[in-house]
Amino acid sequence: MAEILTLREAVQRFVNDGDTLALEGFTHLIPSAAAHEIIRQGRKDLTLVRMTPDLVYDLLIGAGCAKKLIFSWGGNPGVGSLHRLRDAVEKGWPQPLEIEEHSHADLANAYVAGASGLPFAVLRAYAGSDLPKVNPLIRSVTCPFTGEVLAAVPSVRPDVTVIHAQKADRKGNVLIQGILGVQKEAALAARRCIVTVEEIVDDLKAPMNACVLPTWALSAVCPVPGGAHPSYAHGYYERDNRFYQDWDPIARSREGFTAWIDAFIRGTADFSAFQEKMGQARLAAQEAE
Amino acid sequence: MMNYSTNEMMTVAAARRLGNDSVCFVGIGLPSKAANLARLTHAPDVVLIYESGPIGAKPSVLPLSIGDGELAETADTVVPTGEIFRYWLQGGRIDVGFLGAAQVDKYGNINTTVIGDYHQPKVRLPGAGGAPEIAGSAKKVLIILKQSHRTFVDKLAFITSVGHGEGGDHRRQLGLPGAGPVAIITDLCIMEPEAGTNEFVVTSLHPGVTREQVIENTGWAIRFTDKVAVTEAPNETELTALRELEARTAAAHGQAGGEE
Repeated sequence: MAEILTLREAVQRFVNDGDTLALEGFTHLIPSAAAHEIIRQGRKDLTLVRMTPDLVYDLLIGAGCAKKLIFSWGGNPGVGSLHRLRDAVEKGWPQPLEIEEHSHADLANAYVAGASGLPFAVLRAYAGSDLPKVNPLIRSVTCPFTGEVLAAVPSVRPDVTVIHAQKADRKGNVLIQGILGVQKEAALAARRCIVTVEEIVDDLKAPMNACVLPTWALSAVCPVPGGAHPSYAHGYYERDNRFYQDWDPIARSREGFTAWIDAFIRGTADFSAFQEKMGQARLAAQEAE
Repeated sequence: MMNYSTNEMMTVAAARRLGNDSVCFVGIGLPSKAANLARLTHAPDVVLIYESGPIGAKPSVLPLSIGDGELAETADTVVPTGEIFRYWLQGGRIDVGFLGAAQVDKYGNINTTVIGDYHQPKVRLPGAGGAPEIAGSAKKVLIILKQSHRTFVDKLAFITSVGHGEGGDHRRQLGLPGAGPVAIITDLCIMEPEAGTNEFVVTSLHPGVTREQVIENTGWAIRFTDKVAVTEAPNETELTALRELEARTAAAHGQAGGEE
């Protein structure tokens, strides 16, 4: 059964130094608040798994929480580069970052395999691509029935997965709607799973066949309204495209980035304090314009 | 005749390649712009699939990210990302994969991973995303990108997504389903694979573009087919639809979509 906890307590109890951690959410429902809390609590040596590292992993990498990144597309969507990811890969700042690189189809299949309790995933992929040359974990397997040679990749089985969803009921059953990405697979592939939600309600009113994660498959549910910002929560708020643009100059320099996380993340007690501070900063910037 | 930019010519020429009866797996950026222009002009029934999960998306504005909410709201159905790649792409249901690229070579292979050595990169690019399997499993592939000697290179530092491999029948030898890339549409011209070698050659120059311009902006010794056509200039319907789409996008997002 999932316990209803504050995000601070959930991270304290379920995220450890050295863990393999997946924060999933494909453009939609990215668990940003959880990344902030992991930075506040100073977790170290994490192996980060995520199809699209996005701003959440740019944050964790720049803050020095990560030793390794497993990913399949590392850009700032609609804007350009993830500067902290690039600085870590190209210059080893703030520490060297080992990368293990896949394609989307590969990682999506690897999550499915992880949730299925299988050791590896099989897919038709990578013929003619150089990715297997730089990632020795991309191997091949021969179909015992047809003889076809297919790609084999290890399943993803995180120590802990964190996802964000629209709502949970008071028992901790979670409803996810809209673009699902690999959230369900990432949740079920992990040993422990934390779900942050927009709100806790009496009745989920989930339509038949809706994506519901039952409470007994989860470790903790944490109410964090707005916790997917700057991504969006379908039915609650839209993607903050402006923030994705604003992130580019913030993350471009080491000094600018460090000053930003010192002020807005390490300098705030929790996500609601972060939101308040962000709101004030934006208001001041608007008045200055 | 309306005036138009070379970028508009590129998008219109790419959109024209997408038939009304096709199922298209759409990359973000320029491919998404061209595919939606096709849907808003000659191909109202084209099925657009995005890797985040929407099938049959009909956005009124261009998505900034591959998983914008409007893609889900306007789709016929939204499925998990794993299912997109497993059932719909690998299952053989995609007619056209529509891709962008950071770099291509003369056989339509794509690099979106790295410039320089992989382990000591000069420039680290975003990486593969969905492209390797789209390039592998779609029945055919269209590639759209702006042309320069830095993007059209003789030798790729890294092959992220395979086109015709080393040319000739190499792609078939690799056991890949599908025809691979059938056209590269740029702001200067259209290239198509030459029969036999599968080397991309110029088959159509956009109006006003010279052979010398194409040669200057290609990193390999580009060849031209025997009878090079002149691309039909964008007509009023196409340009109006494109400009209205871009205006709606700018109004909705506060920035233009899809110049990635």
